[in-house]
Amino acid sequence: GRARLGSSEPQARHGRSEEEEEEEVEEEGGCYQLYPGHIPTSPLQKALLAAGSACMALYDPYRHDMVAVLGETTGCLALPNLRDKMKNHPEGYRILQERPRIRLSTLDMGRLRGLPDGTLGREYVRFLEDNKVSPDTRMPPKFVDDEELAYVIQRYREVHDLMHTLLGMPTNMLGEVVVKWFEAVQTGLPMCVLGAAFGPVRLSTRKLQVLATELVPWAIRSGRNASCILNIYYEQRWEQPVESLREEIGIFPPP
Amino acid sequence: AVAGLCPCRAVFARRGGALRALCGSLRGLAAGPETHFGFQTVTEEERREKIYQVFESVAKKYDVMNDSMTLGIHRVWKDILVHKMNPSPGTLLLDVAGGTGDIAFRFINYVRSARERQLQRKLRHHQNLSWQEISESYQEDKSKSLGDSQVVVCDINKEMLKVGKQKAQHLGYSEGLSWVLGNAEELPFDDDMFDVYTIAFGIRNVTRIDLALQEAYRVLKPGGRFLCLEFSHVNNPLLSRLYDLYSFQVIPVLGEVIAGDWKSYQYLVESIRRFPPQEELKAMIEDAGFFKVDYQNLNSGIVAIHSGFKL
Repeated sequence: GRARLGSSEPQARHGRSEEEEEEEVEEEGGCYQLYPGHIPTSPLQKALLAAGSACMALYDPYRHDMVAVLGETTGCLALPNLRDKMKNHPEGYRILQERPRIRLSTLDMGRLRGLPDGTLGREYVRFLEDNKVSPDTRMPPKFVDDEELAYVIQRYREVHDLMHTLLGMPTNMLGEVVVKWFEAVQTGLPMCVLGAAFGPVRLSTRKLQVLATELVPWAIRSGRNASCILNIYYEQRWEQPVESLREEIGIFPPP
Repeated sequence: AVAGLCPCRAVFARRGGALRALCGSLRGLAAGPETHFGFQTVTEEERREKIYQVFESVAKKYDVMNDSMTLGIHRVWKDILVHKMNPSPGTLLLDVAGGTGDIAFRFINYVRSARERQLQRKLRHHQNLSWQEISESYQEDKSKSLGDSQVVVCDINKEMLKVGKQKAQHLGYSEGLSWVLGNAEELPFDDDMFDVYTIAFGIRNVTRIDLALQEAYRVLKPGGRFLCLEFSHVNNPLLSRLYDLYSFQVIPVLGEVIAGDWKSYQYLVESIRRFPPQEELKAMIEDAGFFKVDYQNLNSGIVAIHSGFKL
């Protein structure tokens, strides 16, 4: 038997010909890139990655790449679920077909900045500038073994900043935890659930109190009430006022 | 032997259409002979560049990763290398691909304690001297705590050298230590300069091993010793399977979690499999002109120390 592995063969030893190597890879099956940046992994590797990234993310909350990896390796149930929700919704279906990306290169920042206050576009740009973040810092998926699901998780990551805007939450630890609670209810991604549960351990008691009494209940209620956030074609709604979009989705006004 | 011409097929690019096309055109323009980068086929120039990038990327986490991957055992391997070298005070060592300084620091510690023992022995012989004469002899010897031993750390990668220098400063190593940017295939040193040449976990990353061995021969003094510490071939079938499993399943994951870099550590485990086994490396060392070439397996061949002499 061979040692099973993710992306390449261990048995190609010391100058064996390329043909033999290729044959071995053929037999192994599923060991090739499905999309740029894809790293095929075995179930054992995914399990180790999930455990390792969870520990590392707790140990060093600034390792955003670890949070991303955790999401990818544990999302095998939630992601198909989300994809199906998108497929069954007209706007979501269009998003899956057209695959829009939210990136500085695709956004017309000048135009968005020029929109009236209170519109999604204007408030989104304000959020980016106030918190000094950029949509380009989102990690591309590596360990998702399905090209469409890779897009779904990518879309979820890129929409995250819009969630901050719609929920009115800043990018500090408290704000992130609140958004995680909302996303946990909305997407069911284990990474969101873990983040929501363990994120608060690093907060002060005062903040924890506010979190527990006001913010989290509101986030949960909104999450439950709202329709799937991935089913909104945000790029076509920059002119829509935030209030109106909130009502449409079903997000209650922030406390 | 290592850089043999292989049919042009990059394992990773087989399915990705665009990637395949790119590699195809790259190969078309390929200016040099073909060689391997892990399990991919690349030109020699591409390989040098990719390896440079790997070490540039891993430099800051190099030591942490070594400890994690080998559970600290790499320290024992390096200790064994320096003990085998058994340097006496006054030895001039060239540590090639010495990057973060592990061998150099061990060398300094070794000659320092050897020097202390030397001084203690000297002192015992001086017990008939007066107090004054004894304290005067202290002044002389103090300035030579290493007894004129020196180590030159040579590495091709600026980032690795940078990390090494910072480590030296942090740990308090300064005397008898020099850092030089250089290529193992073309060393910036004169002939017949060094007493010992070491290359620990570096020769695997050299593109033309034969050239590196020739250079090693050139810069060593007659009577000088060549020592190479490197991952090698495991004969024991059970251990080999466990080792493969660990290498391919665990190490890239460790790379991703600790260093945020899966690909570099995937390259690492592949490059180990691509490296010549013990006997083949021994033959290559003999080809470069070394005599009394021998090797010692550590941990059943996971690692081997090859030794040779320039006569």
